[in-house]
Amino acid sequence: MLANVLYRVRTLALAIVLTVVAWPAFAGPFEDAVGKFATDDFSDTEEAIGAVATSGNPLAYPIIRALQGERLMADPDTKKVYIKQDDGKAIDAATGAPVDSIPDSASAVRLNNRLRRTVEAAVGGLTLLSPDPAARISAAQSVFRSHEETVLPVVEGALAKETNKTAKAAFQDARAAILLFKSDASEVDKLEAVATIKARGDQEALALLSDIGTDQPPAVAKAAAAAIAAIQSSLAMWSTVQNAWYGLSLGSVLLLAAIGLAITFGVMGVINMAHGEMVMLGAYTTFVVQEVIRTRYPALFDYSLLIAVPLAFLVAGAIGVLIERSIIRFLYGRPLETLLATWGLSLVLQQAVRTMFGPTNREVGNPSWMSGAFELGQITITYNRLWILCFTLAVFAILLLMLRFTALGLEMRAVTQNRRMAASMGIATSRVDALTFGLGSGIAGIAGVALSQIDNVSPNLGQSYIIDSFMVVVFGGVGNLWGTLVGAFTLGIANKFLEPVAGAVLGKIAILVLIILFIQKRPRGLFALKGRAVEA
Amino acid sequence: MSPHLLTRSLDRAATIFILVVAACGILIPLSNLLLPAGSFLQVPTYLVALWGKYVCYAILALAIDLIWGYCGILSLGHGAFFALGGYAMGMYLMRQIGTRGVYGNPILPDFMVFLNYPKLPWYWYGFDMFWFAALMVLLVPGLLAFCFGWLAFRSRVTGVYLSIITQAMTYALLLAFFRNDFGFGGNNGLTDFKDILGFNVQADGTRAALFLLSCLALIVAFLICRAVVTSKLGKVLIAVRDAESRTRFLGYRVESYKLFVFTLSACMAGVAGALYVPQVGIINPSEFAPGNSIEAVIWVAVGGRGTLVGAALGAIVVNYAKTFFTSGALAPYWLFMLGAMFILVTLLLPKGIVGTFNAWWEPWRAGRKSAAAESAAREDGVSEPNPAE
Repeated sequence: MLANVLYRVRTLALAIVLTVVAWPAFAGPFEDAVGKFATDDFSDTEEAIGAVATSGNPLAYPIIRALQGERLMADPDTKKVYIKQDDGKAIDAATGAPVDSIPDSASAVRLNNRLRRTVEAAVGGLTLLSPDPAARISAAQSVFRSHEETVLPVVEGALAKETNKTAKAAFQDARAAILLFKSDASEVDKLEAVATIKARGDQEALALLSDIGTDQPPAVAKAAAAAIAAIQSSLAMWSTVQNAWYGLSLGSVLLLAAIGLAITFGVMGVINMAHGEMVMLGAYTTFVVQEVIRTRYPALFDYSLLIAVPLAFLVAGAIGVLIERSIIRFLYGRPLETLLATWGLSLVLQQAVRTMFGPTNREVGNPSWMSGAFELGQITITYNRLWILCFTLAVFAILLLMLRFTALGLEMRAVTQNRRMAASMGIATSRVDALTFGLGSGIAGIAGVALSQIDNVSPNLGQSYIIDSFMVVVFGGVGNLWGTLVGAFTLGIANKFLEPVAGAVLGKIAILVLIILFIQKRPRGLFALKGRAVEA
Repeated sequence: MSPHLLTRSLDRAATIFILVVAACGILIPLSNLLLPAGSFLQVPTYLVALWGKYVCYAILALAIDLIWGYCGILSLGHGAFFALGGYAMGMYLMRQIGTRGVYGNPILPDFMVFLNYPKLPWYWYGFDMFWFAALMVLLVPGLLAFCFGWLAFRSRVTGVYLSIITQAMTYALLLAFFRNDFGFGGNNGLTDFKDILGFNVQADGTRAALFLLSCLALIVAFLICRAVVTSKLGKVLIAVRDAESRTRFLGYRVESYKLFVFTLSACMAGVAGALYVPQVGIINPSEFAPGNSIEAVIWVAVGGRGTLVGAALGAIVVNYAKTFFTSGALAPYWLFMLGAMFILVTLLLPKGIVGTFNAWWEPWRAGRKSAAAESAAREDGVSEPNPAE
């Protein structure tokens, strides 16, 4: 009897001693939770994930990431769990203490698909507390998508502490998403959640609201249906705005490519099939400028385009003057011959560039002020497209002012309107011809600088723009810069609105066919010059 | 102007041209088939196919010369008619493959099986019959040219505007034929042909026969063009070329003349394409590339526009040069040469080889005969086709 009691006391004492000694290893909710990973049972693992994720322990994140990467090793015999780190070393998952080696009996904790989702949500929940706002925002967004109930306390905790405005909004969305799907949330909370998600108003909000299921209270279901309708109509509006923006962007590219042609073809009546190659030369000038800057003055990289613009104008303009003096001036009044000769010239220029720079694409970088994008409502606007639009309009305005207010512009207009009269007035028409052609080519060169930012710089760069440019000029009306402006933006916007309906290629074909038909109706384009001179 | 002399001298050139083409058409296949392989005079089969290709290009050049040289219509989209004719023939050849394709489907060509077509698209019906395909070779390009020309000429789209929209037309077709769901094999086009009218397309005999046929087609096309340009109709065409408004004011329906000659020319281009496909063994959308059409125009310009013989000669000379240079060490320089050819011919040789030769030869020959004839010939020199309008 006594012995029996003594034995019990001893056992108890031993148990207490053992408990005290083993405290850091076995006791506490976190360590218990970690231990559950070792049972190799999916429901235990799920519990463990939930407990670890909400523990607030600094080891929680590494553990969950290791679990996700199948680097969490559990030993079923000792119930110990280890994290195999990327560098090959291992730590004890419960304590964080480094261990020499993982026992051979340990194997990776297994996951099934349901658990993988839980793990993802847990990772989202854990990064919610990251010090980096961008990480917090992306974590909040992943919670928004998964609306995992278990992370609700974390989200709410993070929301309370959050100071960053964007991150706060993201947390609110995430919280609303969780509440909406939480079966025991109050109706008031759910209605509020619907309102929050409706305010978000994007494709994901729509997907979330369409996904809430039928077991919602009637008021919530009704509010959700109304929100879906509202989001759909706002999305339709935004997609129109987006198409319009894409159209403006495409239009600006077309205008940029066509504006030089509007001068050589529109004002001088010279069919310059080598126009695209002038654009290509401008793009290659940018490439050369950037190469020099990269190797010699890396600090100037952000200014490379500013340096390239005047250089491209000079290079392309000089080559333009050379072409006019050596070929085109012999072919005035023979437009079809000019077409053939300049086509031949374009082959020569392409092959020359191919020989000098190689046939492959050359890399032209974006300066920092042209990379990136910003959000405007539901659409994303990239800075390079925005800059190109501004740049195009600036070039257009400068050209217009130049033709209107400078002596050269006056002479150009005079020669265009009546060559013989202008010559009689003492204008050196051949000089004006050369300068006009140089101007048109130079502007094509400038266009090349801008296009190098959004297109591949290769010897074929110009070929892809030449037909489009001619279409713009012919559509807008020859001899009229405003016509070119309207033509470019009309074609750009029409193209982008046709694209979602008909697909990119069919849309383009449709535009070509429409232009062909349009020319039947108005053979001289949208804004035709009136008078007899055009008929000649 | 002395139309009599002009007509007669060209008649002589025409006779020589026809005789030379006929001699080639008979002798080359004979030498290929009858002489032992490796013999000095034997023409290898690959050369027969290559020259067959040139002859097809010559027909295309004749078609372009008919409208550009005699009517002033510079079409930069004639490659489209050529390719459409080629596709019509290619569709017939595809249907002839039958169960010998990779997938062994008796009805659907391989690419349709590959792209999961449930059944033959309606526009492929009838192409298993040769006569239907042959009809389509003429009809499809002809109809397209008729519709296009009817719209364009009626609203008086002329000069460079017409050139640009013909270019847009072939570009639009290029984009369309590149699409897989358009039903013409997309990017890869139509190929792997087996036989034509029961004869193996790879066989020497078939190739020789196709070459002979191409030469015959060239002769027929040439005779048709000659008949058109020497008739009264041809005179009106030349009048349209030189002074369109004046011709209209004289009471001629300019657009009808243009439409007729444009459609005729498109049909000829279609026939050229149809003969081209079985000899080359493939037709794909790159035939629609605007560059190809412009290149065809330069053949005419090099040979001499408005001379017919020159157009055919130009096609053969330029393409021979292309084959010669692109197959050797000079390949990187071919585009320089082609480009320079465009520039130099338009600048220095606006009449082309044959036109320039005529301008030198005629006065010299006439001068030998009599002083009177000489003065007539000089006038003739002046009345040479005006370069462009």
